[in-house]
Amino acid sequence: MSSFLVIFIIIAYLALIFYVAYWAEKNSKSKWVNNPYVYTLSLAVYCTAWTYYGSVGLAATSGLQFLTIYIGPIIIIPSWIILMKKIIRISKGNKISSLADFISLRYGNDRFLGALVTVVCILAIVPYISLQLKAISETFNVITNHNIATDYIINDTTFYIAILLAIFAAFFGTQHTDASERHKGIITAVALESIIKLVFFLVIGVYVTFYLFNGPADVYDKASGLPNFKIQQSIDGLEGGFNWFLLSFVSMIAIMLLPRQFQVTVVENDREKYLKKVIWLFPLYLLLFNIFVIFIAWGGNIIFENQEVDADLFTLMLPLNNNHEFLALLVFLGGFSAAISMVVISTLALSTMLSNNLIIPYGFLRKFSEGESEENTGSIKKIRRIAIFSLIIIAYFFYKSFTLDHSLVSIGLVSFVIIAQLAPSFFGGLFWRRGSSLGAKLGIIIGFIITFYILVVPFTIDSQSISTSFVEEGLFGLSFLKPNELFGLQIFEPVPSAVFWSLFFNTIVYVLVSVGIVSSYRERNFAEMFVDSSKYASLHEDAYVWKGEAYVSDIRKVLTRFLGEERTERALNLFFMKYGVDKKNKLADARLVNFSEKLLTGSIGSASARILISSVAKEEEISLTEVLSILDETRKTKESNKELKERDKQKDEFLDTVSHELKTPITSIRALSEILLDNDDIEKATKKQFLKSILSESKRISRLINNILDLEKLATGKEKLELNQNSIKNTIQKSIDAVSQLSLTNGIKINKEGVKDIELIYDEDRIQQVIINLLSNAIKFSNKENGSVSVFTYINQNKIEISVEDNGKGIEVDDLVSIFDKFYQSKNQTIVKPEGSGLGLAISKQIIESHNGKIWAENIKPQGARLTFTLPLNTD
Amino acid sequence: MKKILIVDDEPNIVMSLEYIFKKENFEVFIARDGAEAIEIAENNIPDIILLDIMMPKVDGYQVLNYLKSSEELSDIRVIILSAKNKISDVEIGMQLGANKYISKPFSTKKLVKEVKELLKK
Repeated sequence: MSSFLVIFIIIAYLALIFYVAYWAEKNSKSKWVNNPYVYTLSLAVYCTAWTYYGSVGLAATSGLQFLTIYIGPIIIIPSWIILMKKIIRISKGNKISSLADFISLRYGNDRFLGALVTVVCILAIVPYISLQLKAISETFNVITNHNIATDYIINDTTFYIAILLAIFAAFFGTQHTDASERHKGIITAVALESIIKLVFFLVIGVYVTFYLFNGPADVYDKASGLPNFKIQQSIDGLEGGFNWFLLSFVSMIAIMLLPRQFQVTVVENDREKYLKKVIWLFPLYLLLFNIFVIFIAWGGNIIFENQEVDADLFTLMLPLNNNHEFLALLVFLGGFSAAISMVVISTLALSTMLSNNLIIPYGFLRKFSEGESEENTGSIKKIRRIAIFSLIIIAYFFYKSFTLDHSLVSIGLVSFVIIAQLAPSFFGGLFWRRGSSLGAKLGIIIGFIITFYILVVPFTIDSQSISTSFVEEGLFGLSFLKPNELFGLQIFEPVPSAVFWSLFFNTIVYVLVSVGIVSSYRERNFAEMFVDSSKYASLHEDAYVWKGEAYVSDIRKVLTRFLGEERTERALNLFFMKYGVDKKNKLADARLVNFSEKLLTGSIGSASARILISSVAKEEEISLTEVLSILDETRKTKESNKELKERDKQKDEFLDTVSHELKTPITSIRALSEILLDNDDIEKATKKQFLKSILSESKRISRLINNILDLEKLATGKEKLELNQNSIKNTIQKSIDAVSQLSLTNGIKINKEGVKDIELIYDEDRIQQVIINLLSNAIKFSNKENGSVSVFTYINQNKIEISVEDNGKGIEVDDLVSIFDKFYQSKNQTIVKPEGSGLGLAISKQIIESHNGKIWAENIKPQGARLTFTLPLNTD
Repeated sequence: MKKILIVDDEPNIVMSLEYIFKKENFEVFIARDGAEAIEIAENNIPDIILLDIMMPKVDGYQVLNYLKSSEELSDIRVIILSAKNKISDVEIGMQLGANKYISKPFSTKKLVKEVKELLKK
């Protein structure tokens, strides 16, 4: 195919991607931009040109091992619903914009740690970016039939593509100064590319499997005839199992800690609930991508048997070999999409780290602390843009000057292993309070050196064809230091061996140093906030412990330098309102200090934010124990405040009802008394009637007050139960006697044949009160013509049930539970108000519950209601 | 002779109000809940209604709502007599179209005065 045509197509394609990004940035509120599918697809930036070409290459030479890179993620992703939620919450709460920021903040805003993480990430990822450029260049050459890469940059299409990508990343990546803001344009473009690369890969997979061959079985049959087939397709015993496990393990870490993955998963996350889609959709995407890998690999092995064709290029060579140039072009574009997504997101993530965790904290703080806001935000953006260009250009020259002969997979894996060195301090910091910054730093450094020794050194020597004895014989001629067989262990392949040893020493150093050396109070403060994120989430700025002296006006000045007058004012107003702080306060408190640090974090990174704020806030040293006790106290006050509010509301409602219930009888008393006072000529009978009413209303008030006090005593546990051995039969008899007058006037007989005698421990007066209450209710509500009330006892396992039944019209289903509420009055009550305060059943419930029993109501057939309570038989 | 309808579920309150307004030469009607109140109002068209809020089945607000939406009954003057006296309760009552909100316990003389004044308008 002519190079001009391909270049034209590339330009057209890039124009489309630019347009989509531009559109998404302009329509950032559109539901096409904000949805879980775009989010999930953007995570597929994990599948790079490596997946496109390298997986096939690896599958062709070493069988199924390529799967480990996807098995790890597929295993870990479902746990994200908890794990990633926690990470996202912490990041959003602290305006974290990169992995380096996350780790440095967790270990007490440690500037050096942030820089170290940045350096590790750059060392890991820049060669990986080179690899993507190499893939673009190589596939470009293949499809345009160029056989050799040009030596002159000026003639190299890849160089121009790299520059275009840098422009893209710089333009859409630095729209906001605050790097923790989302980059919707880039993400939407990446999501689109994820669709393109998957679809095109599936097309080529179907083409190879069903067009070049007759389905999977045919490919398998033919491939199984090839030499080495058996060995390739097995896990290969225990050793192979270890290798598989370690590779899956390192991919598990990579899917979370690769800077580009952290960028798309955490920084670009819009809503936590998107994770619910991700946990099934993303693994599905990865599975789909891998369905045809093995068939393309086998197909290539069969068709190109005994030919010198690079297995990494099978995907492209298969259609070309059959003169299907259009298909080859699709493959090229798919691989191109995969490569440029990775390059753009990686440089975006790295440039944020580079500017916020290395360049600004070490070089520009002084300048910023004097500059004006426009100048400063301009400089910040400039630093990031320069970082993006530098990274891509360095990657380009890296690819140019090193002949990266190793297959795509191995360089990718080296970068996985280097990134994995951040895992102990990252996950340790998330779950272990004691993890300290010194431990983290030393762990990362040791792990990095080991990885370098086992993987990078032999690899570099190899690729530069420098002959040396140390790879074969070990450092200083000591054979146990041979990079490939460290400590004489020969079962591992180089990459798994590096994973094992580097993480082993990294973790041990991290743990031992953390346990051995006590960390600073500031570190511990953040450790508590990260590890117990859910507990402290509601505290916001309250979770930050700080003592010292700082002036609001000074802090305002610092903020203005970065945010400008208007945004500073708005942010501070919000803060004052949220905490109800007086605007006129001159001194700043811990909350304002923390709030301001967070405001700056997105723009200049957490370490710089801290340094800038502390330059105007004089902090006093606090001891570690003090930090912990203050934190604990703040949390408790917050919790009890919440409880208090709830209780206040309930109390308000209760008081409201009580006052209503008290006012009603007082109304009658007052009105009747006024009549009696004003009318001397009142008839004697009427006068007597009125006085009787006044009396009964007065009684009603005292009954109500007694009941309220009773309930209060029971509810607060102020009154101790008088627990004695009693006979339940006796108690029931006494209760029946107490209501005998009432039952007589209502003409109701109380049936007690179902009562058995049993002795148990309870407060007799209180239980009698309950039974009397139930009996009088039953008498009131039983059938008017031939009313009857029955009492039963029933022993059920280790408790006794006592029921009172009537034959009235029963209780409305809606009321069965609520009749036990205070002052609950059924909507369906009869016209005549029943006697009572509306507290009887509430009190009964309280009494029964303080005896560890239960009380409930139900309807019985043919008609009537049954109220039952239980008492435990052995109260110990 | 003016007609007054007393709506309350408390027998003693009803008893006192009945005595007072009979003495003031009103024709007195009594309802013990909202439903009954609507029925009596429709049959007798009183000049004024003394309305309690907290009643079983149909409460005072519902009665008021019904009265104000009916063509024949919407002119009847309504005084709410209630032990609920939060500002929000008063507001609801006034918004629904009550002429007056008097909280319990009330002075009988003042009540009679308010009723008479309202009927003059």
